[in-house]
Amino acid sequence: MKSIIRTAVVLALSAVVPVAAHAHKAWLLPSSTVLSGTDDLAVTIDAAASNDLFYFDHRPLQLDSLVVTAPDGSKVAAENASTGKYRSTFDVPLKAPGTYRVALVMDNLFATYKDGGKEKRWRGKKENIAKEIPASATDLVVTQSTRRLETFVTAGAPDEAALKPIGAGLELEPVTHPNDLVEKSEAEFKLLLDGKPAPGVKIEIVRGGIRYRNQLGDATVTTDANGVFKYTWPEPGMYWLEASVEDDKATVEGAKQRRAGYAVTLEVLPE
Amino acid sequence: MRILFSFGLTGLMAAPALAADMEISIEVPKLDVAEYHKPYVAVWLEGPDKKVAANLAVWYDIANPKKEGDKWLKDLRQWWRRAGRELKVPADGLTSATRAPGGHTVKFDGTSAALKDLSAGQYELVVEAAREVGGREVLRIPLQWPPKEGTALSAKGEHELGSVAVNVKP
Repeated sequence: MKSIIRTAVVLALSAVVPVAAHAHKAWLLPSSTVLSGTDDLAVTIDAAASNDLFYFDHRPLQLDSLVVTAPDGSKVAAENASTGKYRSTFDVPLKAPGTYRVALVMDNLFATYKDGGKEKRWRGKKENIAKEIPASATDLVVTQSTRRLETFVTAGAPDEAALKPIGAGLELEPVTHPNDLVEKSEAEFKLLLDGKPAPGVKIEIVRGGIRYRNQLGDATVTTDANGVFKYTWPEPGMYWLEASVEDDKATVEGAKQRRAGYAVTLEVLPE
Repeated sequence: MRILFSFGLTGLMAAPALAADMEISIEVPKLDVAEYHKPYVAVWLEGPDKKVAANLAVWYDIANPKKEGDKWLKDLRQWWRRAGRELKVPADGLTSATRAPGGHTVKFDGTSAALKDLSAGQYELVVEAAREVGGREVLRIPLQWPPKEGTALSAKGEHELGSVAVNVKP
């Protein structure tokens, strides 16, 4: 009897723990973030998931949810997109001066269930869950996973129209402009969840170039009561910032839990 | 009365200094490197607030046949962040072609477009050089404007700039 109860407790616990922590870091890597000139400007951006930043040695990211916002708020079509074994890559033409927001916005479901006495796991799009999980499944637990990956690029003077909060999921509202970051200076950002300040959330900050150093050298900061966090960049480089939260605000029917993640690639220049 | 007094004082402080001269000498060093391009150079005056008070000179590949010279202006990082990104280039009286190794002099008098609106105060003359497939260097020389007396100031670069001197006289 005792062991049955224990099993039941373990099952109940495992049901609310997310299916898998993200084993790899997903990232966008722009060829430049600060550009001058006006003639035929563009950036090339890589999209991949890997353990070490920013080396494409694990798997590419799919580009079907790519959204590029121009300085005037309009959407820009990516060019020359392709997906290889280890990375996806695409170009963003910068036809007008100002700040561009490049985002991969993922919205997937994770499910655990039992079928024929076996524990099963499923991962996919919400439109496929009904046909891919058998009707005979029992103990179905569905978790929604939204994730926003971003980077920012500015041609000429930085501006803010493309930085306006989306209002869904976890996202960054810049206080310091994301293309105006300099080593040894403090940057300030606000983390939002569904458009509202997200207090008490841990942000992991990692500088790229991991392959050529022995220590990860990452930092963790926590958002304050207003969702604000500050960080002083110890040295120039391409940085990756990541945060995630879990709550019960899933927006997909049948999903009880939601995991919302955000990661951004920011370039910090030398003084 | 006190308001009037402080207002008057502010007005006095902000009064542009007309009768003064500034002569800046910049040495572009001759470098023995595998691939040499003449450096981009920006010269400006910066106030204590780190804002650009006067843009004095920008040397870049102004006559690039593919009109690509402005693509590397961002490599003058400090100038780009503080002033360049807000400016249209080429700009009359400010931008010109890159200079060959050797000494170069630029002169301004207090009535020049760059200096005529400059308030009296403490500034830093900043010279930034960035070279394609090379390095970047920034030199800063503190100075008072307008000068009370003739003053010669200088700084010495280590790789991208040679000696930089500024002579100011009332």
